[in-house]
Amino acid sequence: MAAEVREAEQIGNTSDSDSVQTELLETNEIPGKSENALLVATDSFEDLNYAGLTNGTLPTVSTSGTIHSLVKKKARRASALLDENEAAGDNTASSDETTNAVDQESSEVSGEDSQEDHLESRLTDLSLNETESLPEEIPMTQLIPTSSDIEDVNSLEWKQQRRHIFIISESGKPVYSRHGSEDKLVTIMGVMQALVICTHDFQKDTLRSIVAGDHKFVFMCRDHLTFIGITRGRESTQQMLLQLTYMYNQVISVLTLSTLTRIFKQHRNYDLRRPLSGAEKFFDNLLNLMDVEPGLLLSSVRCLPLDSSVRENISHSIVQHAKVKDLVFALIIAQNQLVTLVRMKKYYIHPMDLHLIINLINASESFKAAESWTPICLPKFDACGFLQAHVSYLDEECHTCLLLLSVDIEAFYILSECKAKIKERLVRYNALKAINDSLRRNSYSIQQCSISDLRHFLYKSRSIAQYTSPELEAPYHTKEEQQRLFDLYHYLHDRIHTSGRQLKILFHVGPYETLLGWVTQGFELYAVFGPLVTKTIAIHAVNKLLRWIKKEEDRLFILSSVTF
Amino acid sequence: MNDLNMKSLEAKVVVLGSQGVGKTSVVIRYVGGMFSKAVSPTIGASFFTYKLTLEQYRVKLQVWDTAGQERFRSMAPMYYRKANAAMLVYDITSLESFYDIKDWVKELKKNVDTPIVLCLLGNKSDLESGRKVSTEDAAEYAASIDALFYETSALKNTGIEDAFLQVSKQLIHLYETVPNSGMGSLIPSQPASDMFASDQPLTLPDRKEVESAGQRSGNCPC
Ligand SMILES: Nc1nc2c(ncn2[C@@H]2O[C@H](COP(=O)(O)OP(=O)(O)OP(=O)(O)O)[C@@H](O)[C@H]2O)c(=O)[nH]1
Ligand SMILES: [Mg+2]
Repeated sequence: MAAEVREAEQIGNTSDSDSVQTELLETNEIPGKSENALLVATDSFEDLNYAGLTNGTLPTVSTSGTIHSLVKKKARRASALLDENEAAGDNTASSDETTNAVDQESSEVSGEDSQEDHLESRLTDLSLNETESLPEEIPMTQLIPTSSDIEDVNSLEWKQQRRHIFIISESGKPVYSRHGSEDKLVTIMGVMQALVICTHDFQKDTLRSIVAGDHKFVFMCRDHLTFIGITRGRESTQQMLLQLTYMYNQVISVLTLSTLTRIFKQHRNYDLRRPLSGAEKFFDNLLNLMDVEPGLLLSSVRCLPLDSSVRENISHSIVQHAKVKDLVFALIIAQNQLVTLVRMKKYYIHPMDLHLIINLINASESFKAAESWTPICLPKFDACGFLQAHVSYLDEECHTCLLLLSVDIEAFYILSECKAKIKERLVRYNALKAINDSLRRNSYSIQQCSISDLRHFLYKSRSIAQYTSPELEAPYHTKEEQQRLFDLYHYLHDRIHTSGRQLKILFHVGPYETLLGWVTQGFELYAVFGPLVTKTIAIHAVNKLLRWIKKEEDRLFILSSVTF
Repeated sequence: MNDLNMKSLEAKVVVLGSQGVGKTSVVIRYVGGMFSKAVSPTIGASFFTYKLTLEQYRVKLQVWDTAGQERFRSMAPMYYRKANAAMLVYDITSLESFYDIKDWVKELKKNVDTPIVLCLLGNKSDLESGRKVSTEDAAEYAASIDALFYETSALKNTGIEDAFLQVSKQLIHLYETVPNSGMGSLIPSQPASDMFASDQPLTLPDRKEVESAGQRSGNCPC
């Protein structure tokens, strides 16, 4: 493996000058570009996670309060209604004031009214309240390894896992382990936490990563938790950090940041597995998704290919039938792909949050049984509060899932009514059938791009945070080959993003295929060719590919954003 | 029975109990008439409806099947505060799940002051060999809290039909004897199509209104 990389670096031909880039880009139109994005265009991979990591501090979450302000808005609306009723037609001046207050939603309002407090307390009600009912500390009887511990940690199967992920609390308590039971890994987790603490306390430094043989250990400390990733794969430290960030976001999504910090403020020793019980499958599933879904690495989502007229019809059905107060987002997801997203004006969804939503749907069989109502925290949207999600499948086969996210915890019945109407319309206009047809057809074959020797690609439009890629076909039809392809993408992605200076274009000749990575302000493209392709041919080919994507962009991407 | 004399009643039933005792299995057995070994843990809460005809009433049950997982514990009040009946489910092979019922009852007594029908369900009665909670103990406890009691098996389909039927009977009784019991009545002529077809928001019990009416908490034996 290592030798291969070195070989690659010698042969690898890089170029990063802008002049070259403009020469290369034969078209001046970027496929999938839109000024009216529906997702937060995050953008760069670098900003996303470890901005500030270099000086050892992590960026603090600054999004808290979004839900708070939405709830305030709601409360003010309610009190405005009350005022109106009380002083029926009193004077127009005061009612003008109220409307103003509603508009400036971010500014603090001095006169806190009781209704607002009431709503707020309701919201916090929803987060786990551990203040009174903290259990007795569970004795750490497992500290001394018993024979079965040794068996577990020393078992070949455990050791040979390609990747391990651990979450440990500040006091060294196990919270989560991808493989093996946390109980049996107490010792090893304790050792790792000790490493982190020692580095921090004695060296006044932060432990970031360790390389031991062919294993890489990556550490991330955040809000009383230590996240550790160990890999034998091709992921770079930065990419591992991204994976750990997703894990952190998943913890927040289940608990909220405020609950997490409160728990540990009150009890440093708290066993976090209790409130996380039942959520393990979300962690497992998220990690599995990372292995097969490039959208997490690219911080973008894949849309289900649909005729733009069909998609428009779907979003208009939603706008028409779900115009409900306090509904922030309405989205349809079909087999991990975004079908449509309608949002409240001024509020956007971050692709990382969208991946958590997709993960929630993907990992929960229970939504298939009945309409559900569940709290979910979207850390990028607001790490400190829950949104309430009305979750339901629209078809018998449970492929197409509708999510209605509201800040009103009482909204279930109203949203259920909306859902029935939306469903009725989508059935009437054959939109559900169109979705199912698209799912059955699979995405598209690389053949359709008719570019010889192009085997696979990932194309991300940066302005809309969406990506597209063809089906995985031969030679990438086996699990091993898919893994190898993903390794190649990880390698290419890493080289282009994190090798000191940011590269614009990277041409790499490997033993089995030739890779071309290309990053501009507008897009990121990772293309995989057969082994005999030259640089000129490859550049010519990707230009052809860009034209093809441009031609298909209406079907492959959601280019305009719909609001309520 | 003359169709024109039929009255309609809409009631909310909340299903409470620890993780894995079989709440969803019981509800799905009743509502969907089946049992699946592969049922997965509930996330948040699931909403089911069931319609039955009983004593001149068309009864529509809105069943909230809550999640037993700890992290959803704090959501429970949202459901039981508006419920007209609570099914308290434990697993006869788990003493702990039976003790948890006592916490639920304490919580309900503290937070619910509207009349509510209680029904204790000892589920997984097919697992007789692993029984940890005796029928006598459970029956005695049920009597002490003025609750109906059934041992059920979602797997073998025993006890569940009876339990929901008795709960419905008590709900009708409650509706007839306690005005403002918080139960919505439907207009008889309304087609039994979609429950959310009407634009009317569902009738939720108004706390203050009900308080005066329901001094007797608990239920009224039929
Ligand atoms: N033998 C037997 N098993 C049952 C019975 N009812 C449920 N189970 C099993 O118990 C397990 C848990 O059932 P669920 O219905 O998911 O339990 P729950 O109370 O809804 O669990 P949460 O949603 O997590 O709170 C499943 O494996 C069911 O197959 C029963 O009557 N007999
Ligand atoms: Mg359940």
